[in-house]
Amino acid sequence: MAGHVEKVDAATAWGGGRSPFNVTYGKMMMWFFLVSDALTFGGFLISLGFAKASADSWPIAEKVFFHFPFTHAELPLIYVALMTFILIVSSVTMVLAVEAGHRMDKAGVQKWLGWTIVGGAIFLGSQAWEWYTFINGNEHGMATLTWNPYLPENPGEIRYTNFFFFVTGFHGFHVFTGVIINAVVWLQVKKGIMHERGHYEMVEKVGLYWHFVDLVWVFVFTFFYLV
Amino acid sequence: MERDDLIVNDSYAPMANHSEEAGKAIRKKIWKVTAILSILTAVEIAMGIFLSDRSADLWPVVKWSFIIMTVVKAAYIVLIFMHLGDEKRSFRFYIIIPYLIFIGYMIFLYLIEGFNVFTY
Repeated sequence: MAGHVEKVDAATAWGGGRSPFNVTYGKMMMWFFLVSDALTFGGFLISLGFAKASADSWPIAEKVFFHFPFTHAELPLIYVALMTFILIVSSVTMVLAVEAGHRMDKAGVQKWLGWTIVGGAIFLGSQAWEWYTFINGNEHGMATLTWNPYLPENPGEIRYTNFFFFVTGFHGFHVFTGVIINAVVWLQVKKGIMHERGHYEMVEKVGLYWHFVDLVWVFVFTFFYLV
Repeated sequence: MERDDLIVNDSYAPMANHSEEAGKAIRKKIWKVTAILSILTAVEIAMGIFLSDRSADLWPVVKWSFIIMTVVKAAYIVLIFMHLGDEKRSFRFYIIIPYLIFIGYMIFLYLIEGFNVFTY
C-alpha cells in the first residue's frame, strides 16, 4: 500500500488513558445524540418533500403566513423572519457564553447564557402565536388535522396541516427542552459548580444542543416557508 | 497517510481554556459569522417575498438558491458555532460523512418515489 503508516506498538494503541478523537466522553455522546436526532428531523423533512412532490396542489406559504401581531396589515413572512432572526441571535449569545467559559469568566457565561434563555423563551412565545393564527385559519374554516383551509380547491390535502403541526411542534418541543436545560445549567453556573470544577464544558455541551435546535430551524424555515 | 487518531495527546477539550487575546480573536470570528448568517437570512426573506411566483421561469433558480443558502448557513453553524471545524479531522469526518450518506440516499429515494407514486 502506498503511503507510510506510523508504527505504534499495541501497548500504546490499546493501553487506554487517552482519547483518540481528543474529545471527552460527554461531548462525543452529545454529538452521537445530535446525529441521530438530525436523522429524525431529516426523515421528517424528506417525507415533507415526498408529500409535496406527490401532491397535486400545495398551499403557498406567503398566502398562509402574512399575519403580524397587533396589526392587520398583510406582511408575508415578516413575522417568521423575525422568529428566525431571534433564534439565530440566541445561537450567537450561546457561542459567546461558551467562549466566556473558556476564559473562566463566570459573569460573562451567566450574562450570555441568560440572554440565550430569553431568546429561546421569546421564540417559544412567537411559535405559540404562530400556531394560534394558523389554527384560526381563514374564511374556509379552521386548520385541523382533518381539514386544510389553505387549499380551498382541495381542502382534503391534509398533509400540509399535518406536517405543519408535526414538524414545527417537534421542533418547538426541542426548543422548550433546550430552554429548560439552559436554565438548569445557568443555575449551576450561578452557584459556582462549573467554576469549582475548573472548566465550563457543560455549557459547551448544552451549547451544542442549542445550536442544533437553531440548525434544524434553518431547514424547517426553508422547506416550510420558502420553497 | 498520517494517522492523526493515534497521536498521543493529553489535552482534553475541557482543559483547553484560552487567554484573553485568543478570546478577542474568537469573538471577532463569531461576529463575522453572525453578520453572514443575518445577511443570508435577509436575502432569503427578500427573495421569498418578491420572487415567490411559482410559475415564473425564474422559480427553479430561486428555489435552488434557497437550498444552497440554507446549506451554507448550516455549514457555518456546524463548523463555527458548534466548533466541529476545530475538532480533529477524524472526528469531523466521523460525524459528518455517515450522516450525509444516509440523508443523501434518503433524499434520492423519497424524491424519486414522490414524483412518481400517484402517476401510475
